[in-house]
Amino acid sequence: MADATAQAVEKDGAAEKTESLWKDVWYSLSKNVPAMVSLAIIVLLALVAIVTFVAPQILPYDPYQQDLSASFQGPSAEHWFGTDQQGRDIFCRILIGSQISLTVGLLSVAISLVIGVTLGAIAGYKGGVVDTIIMRVMDMMLAIPSILLAIAFMAALGRGIDKAIIAIGFVSIPEYARIVRSQVLAVKQSDYVAAARVIGDSDATIIFRHVLPNVMPSIIVRATLGISSAILDAAALGFLGLGVQPPAAEWGDMLGRGRNYIFAAPHAMIFPGLAITVTVLAFNLLGDGIRDAFDPKSRNR
Amino acid sequence: MLKYVLKRILLAIPVLLGVSIIVFLIMRVFSADPAPVVLGQHATAEAMEAWRDANGLNDPIVMQYVNFITGALHGDLGESYYTHAAVTDELLSRFPATVELALVAIVIAAVVGVALGVVSATHKNSPIDGLATILALVGVSMPIFWLGVLLIILFAGVLHVLPSSGRIDPLLAPVGGTGLYLLDTLLSGDFEAFADAASHIVLPALALSMYSMAVITRMTRSSMLETLNEDYVRTARAKGLKKRRVDIHHALRNAMLPVTTVIGLQLGSLLGGAMLTETVFAWPGIGKYVVDCILKSDFPVVQGAVLLIAVIFVVINLVVDVIYAYLDPRISYGKEEG
Repeated sequence: MADATAQAVEKDGAAEKTESLWKDVWYSLSKNVPAMVSLAIIVLLALVAIVTFVAPQILPYDPYQQDLSASFQGPSAEHWFGTDQQGRDIFCRILIGSQISLTVGLLSVAISLVIGVTLGAIAGYKGGVVDTIIMRVMDMMLAIPSILLAIAFMAALGRGIDKAIIAIGFVSIPEYARIVRSQVLAVKQSDYVAAARVIGDSDATIIFRHVLPNVMPSIIVRATLGISSAILDAAALGFLGLGVQPPAAEWGDMLGRGRNYIFAAPHAMIFPGLAITVTVLAFNLLGDGIRDAFDPKSRNR
Repeated sequence: MLKYVLKRILLAIPVLLGVSIIVFLIMRVFSADPAPVVLGQHATAEAMEAWRDANGLNDPIVMQYVNFITGALHGDLGESYYTHAAVTDELLSRFPATVELALVAIVIAAVVGVALGVVSATHKNSPIDGLATILALVGVSMPIFWLGVLLIILFAGVLHVLPSSGRIDPLLAPVGGTGLYLLDTLLSGDFEAFADAASHIVLPALALSMYSMAVITRMTRSSMLETLNEDYVRTARAKGLKKRRVDIHHALRNAMLPVTTVIGLQLGSLLGGAMLTETVFAWPGIGKYVVDCILKSDFPVVQGAVLLIAVIFVVINLVVDVIYAYLDPRISYGKEEG
């Protein structure tokens, strides 16, 4: 009887603990000024991407309409960021370019997250030969610098933003697999997983109910930082001419196309690069903020 | 120790084989047919078929891999679809340019990164610490090619003090030697050429070093902070040693352990990441060559270059591991942790 009460108390305590953990994390994050500013920038970017997608007519200029008579105008009241080689308004192209950068960032992280977490969980949970095979393949992928691997993929698949998403998503799989595997190995030894096995939970239930929730913090941090590196990689592919097809607006591609006019029209390269840097910086700061928020040591400081 | 080194080398062999399989799979199996690109869209079906036959692309896939890997083991990476030049020769002739750029960049990154990291750790929460934190953040967030562009606009466009592209004035280029222009010109005592080569390498090396500099600064700072909290550092201070002496002689030496690893790993990725920098600065190394060949679907070149860089990357990681084990007596050579 006493045991049952103790158990019930413990269970309540656990539920409360999970809830208060997220509350604590949010509280700590909301005190972190750079992280909150970054979050605001990201929300703003997302809004810009959605609004320009749903209602592109609200943009003052058509971002795809060529007007060669207006090419390479410097920044002015009319064209805030100036115009590019084809007379298109750079400010509008940067706004609409947020669609591609955010899409690539989110989708490629989704790809590496789903595949990486699954592989890592299987490897860590099953162990033995399965573990060895999966992790050795991951090691081999990590043995090639990721941007080089992504470029090789693009070289093989051909240009296109869909292929860039696949290439960038694919090369980050090992990072997630490694994180999840090591956490699964740690959690697997714990008493509550042993208890779950005793009461007859299936492998899948144990992984999803008991193991993955414990891995969530590291995964969330990794994914936030992963979005920033995915956006950087996408911009790099675009810069090399492996990204979007014209006339689509992508920040890296805009930078790459301005290269031949670097001294004549520096603004055509400065502003798209600024857009990339601010976006990547925002995701990096938010990721750092979330990591600190999850870390009880730095939270109490 | 020797046993440990041998074991690490043996472990690297399957990784290298795996890397070659991954590279091969990407370039030969997932890739689109290169024939229409190489021969032009108007080539006849027969011509393309003949071209594929001649380049071994119609052989069974396993045989293609066996040919590729046996060739690679003998130093033969095939030939370019366009120039028919041996890929190995083409890569080797451009290799010194990439190595020189990566070495100068890693020296800049290591010197500035360690110095900044140490100062910001010993002067925590000071303005210098704030500056280092901002630099570290911006350094990892800024696209390398954009930084390159900004440097070109400022130093070549506005100030006119440094060249925007190339490696050296062709008239001054040293003949023979190691292919590392800075070293060659210095050894032959040709200081005019040395100055010219140095002025060409400053901007690309600076651009390339930024990311690594940020990573090294962060790592040095956190490692140094951790060491400064250790008991033996407090003891040294308690027995009356000067702060500066303790910081440098006691703390820094131990804090450098993880930093050494990071520097080594960064050198590996610099070699791979040089592609973007080389493209921006028209630096005649492997990276720029590969990018040019990718755009032309010249697969043997891309395949060979990716393999070469991956092999170097694996070897550097191996060397870093061994150095680390040598420096840190706490590492046991016998068992490896899961």
